[in-house]
Amino acid sequence: MTHGEVASAKFVCMLRMTLDFKPRASAYAIRFFLFALAALAIAHHGSAQDTPLISGGVGFFTTTNGGSTSYDPIVEPLLAAPIGQRVLIESRAYLLEYFTPKGGDQSGYNHLHYIGLSYLQGAYVASHHFTIVAGDYLIPFNTYNDRLSPIWIGNYQDGPLIANLSYSSSGSGLGGMLRGNAIQRSKYSIDYSYYYSTRSANEQFTASRGSGGRASLYLPEQRLEAGLSYDRLLQGTHENFYGAHAWWEPKDTAFRLRSEFARGQHAEGYWVEADYRTRAFGGLDSLIGRIEPVFRMQQTFRRDTIVSDGLPPMNTQRAEFGFDYNLPHNTRIITSYARQFSSTGNENVWETGIVYRFLFPAWKGKQQ
Amino acid sequence: MSSKQFIFGVLILASVSALAVGAQQNSTLATPATKHSAAQKQAARRQDEGERVFQQNCSRCHTAPEGFSPRISGTIVRHMRVRASLSQHDEEELLHFFNP
Repeated sequence: MTHGEVASAKFVCMLRMTLDFKPRASAYAIRFFLFALAALAIAHHGSAQDTPLISGGVGFFTTTNGGSTSYDPIVEPLLAAPIGQRVLIESRAYLLEYFTPKGGDQSGYNHLHYIGLSYLQGAYVASHHFTIVAGDYLIPFNTYNDRLSPIWIGNYQDGPLIANLSYSSSGSGLGGMLRGNAIQRSKYSIDYSYYYSTRSANEQFTASRGSGGRASLYLPEQRLEAGLSYDRLLQGTHENFYGAHAWWEPKDTAFRLRSEFARGQHAEGYWVEADYRTRAFGGLDSLIGRIEPVFRMQQTFRRDTIVSDGLPPMNTQRAEFGFDYNLPHNTRIITSYARQFSSTGNENVWETGIVYRFLFPAWKGKQQ
Repeated sequence: MSSKQFIFGVLILASVSALAVGAQQNSTLATPATKHSAAQKQAARRQDEGERVFQQNCSRCHTAPEGFSPRISGTIVRHMRVRASLSQHDEEELLHFFNP
């Protein structure tokens, strides 16, 4: 394997952590993307405020690892179309190119491209206690996959090392999900989700049979959330996965502390991430207030020698120091330096990128 | 790096976090010139139920986009209703917050 091929393989592995990547054929992905567009057309009869939207992010990322720099332009569009008063059709896709040096004595770059769907789901809101989701959905195991994975939300280019430690390494399931608010009081609320995924070898919607759920407690006054996740692979060797998360976002501050722990059959790990913006120098939109230092620590442990979950093959520790800058017009510069320690060798990873978030109506729509 | 060192690092992170939050709150309290206006803003903010819903649900994961067409505000609220299991009341308040 050449250096370029090794880098490409590592990148694909990274994509699986970051983008819920599934190796689907581009033609099929485009077909289903067009299906989502058709859903938008169906939804055109909505009220003046319910025009279908197109959102997402456009990014350009660079990663330098061991003196080798790769480049990664990416687009992640999201479509959302309400139908009637209770239904929402939603889909997210990714289109990316990946350029990596050929290595050796060769000049120039190899490049790979990917197009695929992250999810395509329909949701029916019966009440805030009970929402039915059907289709290809993001698995709500812990929090990263269904909340923080979009490129315009995450503080780092890379997802955490344990991001895909659940029964489905792709991060999505094909089937149904129930979710809602079990209890809502002024001082606390409890959310739940339960999902079941069928097995599918379909090229567009590859999925494993499994089921699981998440329950979380939220204290609005303290802005504290804690939750537990569980899922189980129901094909082949049945495996259990356990997760826990804790988020703290103190009121009237722009400080956020997020953490997750996950344990699978063959490995386990955790990450803790903190980010902060100050209001002390003219608010969050001031020159200083737009600066966002970020820090993340993560550690993974192998429980045996079976490497089937996307985690590093050896016990790994990683400390990441990020420095993001929130420019006007929904644009964000994301930079970070990471030092990774493992028995296979320590390494430095430098990452720099810029992301623009877009959000606009799919068409003109009705005037109020 | 040993586990002890890593745990030590986590403790340092927690300490720095606590200091950062303390500094944020102290800086707000220790600025007389902005105290009055900040209190007014805080009072106004508390009166705005929609902003409370936004802060407690949407802002938990992402910052607010800088601006968007009112024609898609209902769609955004529907998205949040699915993701955050908003009640009908919260949905209405959030819609009002987007379209005062």
